[in-house]
Amino acid sequence: MAEPVATAHALTKRFAGQASPALDGVSISIAPGRMTGLIGPDGAGKTTLIRILAGLIDPDQGTATVFGQPATATDRSMIGYMPQRFGLYEDLSVMENLRLYADLRGLAPSERQASFDRLLDFTDLRRFTTRLAGQLSGGMKQKLGLACAMVRAPRLLLLDEPGVGVDPVSRRELWQMVKDLASDGIGVLWSTAYLDEAEKCDSVTLLSEGKAIYDGPPQTLTDAIKGRVIRIAVPGEGRRVALQHALDNPAIIDGTVQGDALRLMVRADTPVPDAKALGLAPGSVIEPARPRFEDAFIDLLGGGPSGTSDLARHYRVIPDTHRPAIVAEGLTRRFGTFVAADAISFTVPRGQIFGLLGPNGAGKSTTFKMLCGLLTPSTGSGSVAGIDLRRAKADARQALGYMAQKFSLYGDLSVRQNLNFFAGTYGLSGARARDAIEQAIAIFHLERYLGTNAGTMPLGFKQRLALACAVLHQPPVLFLDEPTSGVDPLVRREFWTHINGMVEKGVTVLVTTHFMDEAEYCDRATLIYRARQIATGTPDELKAMAGKADATMEDAFVALIEASDLHRDAA
Amino acid sequence: MTDVFRPRRFAAMLVKESLQIARDPSTFLIAFALPMLLLFLFGYGINLDTARSRIGLVITDHSEAAHSLAGSYQTSKWFDVVTTGAVSQLSRDLVGGRISGIVVIPDGFGRLVAQGGGTIQVLTDGAAPNTANFIAAYAEGVRATWAAARAGDRGTAKPPPIQTDPRYWFDPELKSRYNLVPGSIAVVMTMVGTLLTALVIAREWERGTMEAIMATPLGMAEFIATKVVPYFLLGLGSMTLCAVLAVTVFGVPFRGSPLALIVIASVFLFPALGQGLLISALTKNQFVASQVALLSAFLPTLLLSGFLFEISSMPVPIQAITYLVPSRYLIPQLQTVFIAGDDWGLFVPDMAVLLGFGMAFFALTVRATLRRIA
Repeated sequence: MAEPVATAHALTKRFAGQASPALDGVSISIAPGRMTGLIGPDGAGKTTLIRILAGLIDPDQGTATVFGQPATATDRSMIGYMPQRFGLYEDLSVMENLRLYADLRGLAPSERQASFDRLLDFTDLRRFTTRLAGQLSGGMKQKLGLACAMVRAPRLLLLDEPGVGVDPVSRRELWQMVKDLASDGIGVLWSTAYLDEAEKCDSVTLLSEGKAIYDGPPQTLTDAIKGRVIRIAVPGEGRRVALQHALDNPAIIDGTVQGDALRLMVRADTPVPDAKALGLAPGSVIEPARPRFEDAFIDLLGGGPSGTSDLARHYRVIPDTHRPAIVAEGLTRRFGTFVAADAISFTVPRGQIFGLLGPNGAGKSTTFKMLCGLLTPSTGSGSVAGIDLRRAKADARQALGYMAQKFSLYGDLSVRQNLNFFAGTYGLSGARARDAIEQAIAIFHLERYLGTNAGTMPLGFKQRLALACAVLHQPPVLFLDEPTSGVDPLVRREFWTHINGMVEKGVTVLVTTHFMDEAEYCDRATLIYRARQIATGTPDELKAMAGKADATMEDAFVALIEASDLHRDAA
Repeated sequence: MTDVFRPRRFAAMLVKESLQIARDPSTFLIAFALPMLLLFLFGYGINLDTARSRIGLVITDHSEAAHSLAGSYQTSKWFDVVTTGAVSQLSRDLVGGRISGIVVIPDGFGRLVAQGGGTIQVLTDGAAPNTANFIAAYAEGVRATWAAARAGDRGTAKPPPIQTDPRYWFDPELKSRYNLVPGSIAVVMTMVGTLLTALVIAREWERGTMEAIMATPLGMAEFIATKVVPYFLLGLGSMTLCAVLAVTVFGVPFRGSPLALIVIASVFLFPALGQGLLISALTKNQFVASQVALLSAFLPTLLLSGFLFEISSMPVPIQAITYLVPSRYLIPQLQTVFIAGDDWGLFVPDMAVLLGFGMAFFALTVRATLRRIA
């Protein structure tokens, strides 16, 4: 194999005020002409590692070498670096940004025009050269960021989560672009929290809590669990209960809902249990499934949580009022001439999960806020738990638990203070409040952080605390805005175990997510794109719309968005 | 820093910075609108006295002297005699605030003048002590001037015992404007030099562009230089605007040379920019940077530089602190170059101190601005 363009050896970095090191003895090697994936949940240390390679952070221990020189003293003109926020000047135009980075990276004037032509064609930004970077869409900003990093053909390309927050279509395009570049002999480091992207890399380094838990081709990892992943069709209503039973079986270490089927992973060196042992209807067909990188990751971490949710076990049963729990009728919100949500309509019966899917900026959060009573619709109406939003916003809010997209608790209050505060705001007092809080602490394992300021906890615990605060008053309806964004797959599994359990008690859940595979947990979902609903249905119905067999939710998403764009261009 | 200086890189950053300045309305506001606002505020709004005070005049003596003195009040540039009549009538106007004082030329005034004396009564509103003192002093001043002129006209060998109020020689209105307008140039240059500079680098940190820039071959010294040059020019630009307005609109004399003014301003901008760079290097956050810039640069310039408040009348510990305020060394230079003229003997020592401040700030900035994120 060719000489690596960059290597890092036993890097350790500890930041002041943080309990655990951001990086703990991590080594990595980036070979030319290959895509090296840096995979891990938020806070795993990906950004720190990339910044060390870019010469922007000095490690406490270990060495980083780029082109045979220390990373801080190497030829920076040969490094293309795209930070998480792209590093674009929003008040400069596309062309002005390109020119600036061309001059900063020392691109010879004679090569400038050729390079600009190539990159503008490549990124399809030629039409927008005079537009200010701040007025580009997220996907276009990402492409421009990449173009700026590439303006002088680098030997090493460092990309810090280039796919985050962008719709799957742009994400795929970006991947293809970088892949083409890598084939020209560039060494690419692509960091991501999306595990499906890992599968496509030539080599991956898997980070978890600052440690590299795997380094090598992704195939090796998925091959190791071959034959242990199974798929069982569970027609009808019972799949959440079936998943719970399956996960409670010691032979099963992980499982998810996939539309009308379950996807399970069997413990290593354990025979695949039969349908009866899994508590499924006799005659259920158990078929092998192709292992995914996420399965392998969970296997490395020792398997997912069990199927029973303590939160759900203690939850009250929500009485059936024989009325839909959530109704949206033509919800529209305009900001000036801009339509943020256009005639959004759906009905969610009690005890179901309804998903709002779509790229950032599509209108998910606007719809969410209207249903929470935080934003008054321009037209249309809605109700939550039978309460009309226009008449009794405060009552409607009392009937729902809301977990906001970004961590929205008080970062400088301790965990216990946050719990006390939210118990108070939901009107719990005395023994009821005490019981609810003690229960939440036990269920979400918050004991060791009780006196800690919420803002300094690891992300997984922040999200746990946020969910705990949202359900303290045991609301009949739960609104979850990107509840699992950025957390590791184990915490995601744990969340879905809780959500599934609560739904079985009659809780109705409205959830947004950009993890397309999580949409599989929904009873029904609607895809929002450019403020409009472009498709609504069960996960299997949506997947069928992708028009190919064995389609994933992401395939469905991409196909539906492309069809919508085509329709739009034609109109 | 392994990187050598590259003119093209430097030029590219200058172009970028200029485009940003041109496109950012807040830059324009701070560099041009704010200076104009300050100038007009200090030039017109903050006036330490009322130019023409409205007074009432009561004449109970009918001698020629009394009428002559009354004429002096009528024509005085300090007073606007709005009413005459009896004290009992005018006192209502005084209490109601329609007039600021009553001058009474009492019975027998003419006789006393003829004997070499003559006193007047001045009634003022003690609830507004500043105005009251002002009216009393000026009313007496007008009388004293009248008496002196009268004595001169008559060629009296023995001048009457005239009490001359020393305040007569002050010219509060003109003096305050002469001082305030050059002083406000110091405030404006502090705002542009320190506040604006602190904001722009903090903005690069906040928007994540600093990270991208640091990963390019651009040297940190080059980066700092590309921030200094445009804001230095911008600072000189707003200074020029202020100076032109001061002379044309406010009639402040300009007795020095433009060259001296530019040299004075340039030397001052050195520590001002250095302070701004240091603030942004340390805070990396626009909100904190603006607060620190306001507290450490704007307020001291306003309060401790001798611009609004005489340093010599401050308590001694505060006077000691003023030595740490760079604009304290600028104000006397500006006042001199406007009102007195070029006096390099006075300028050079102050400039030396400012250069010292500047070098200290830049040295600290270079130490604080490593090419590292953490």
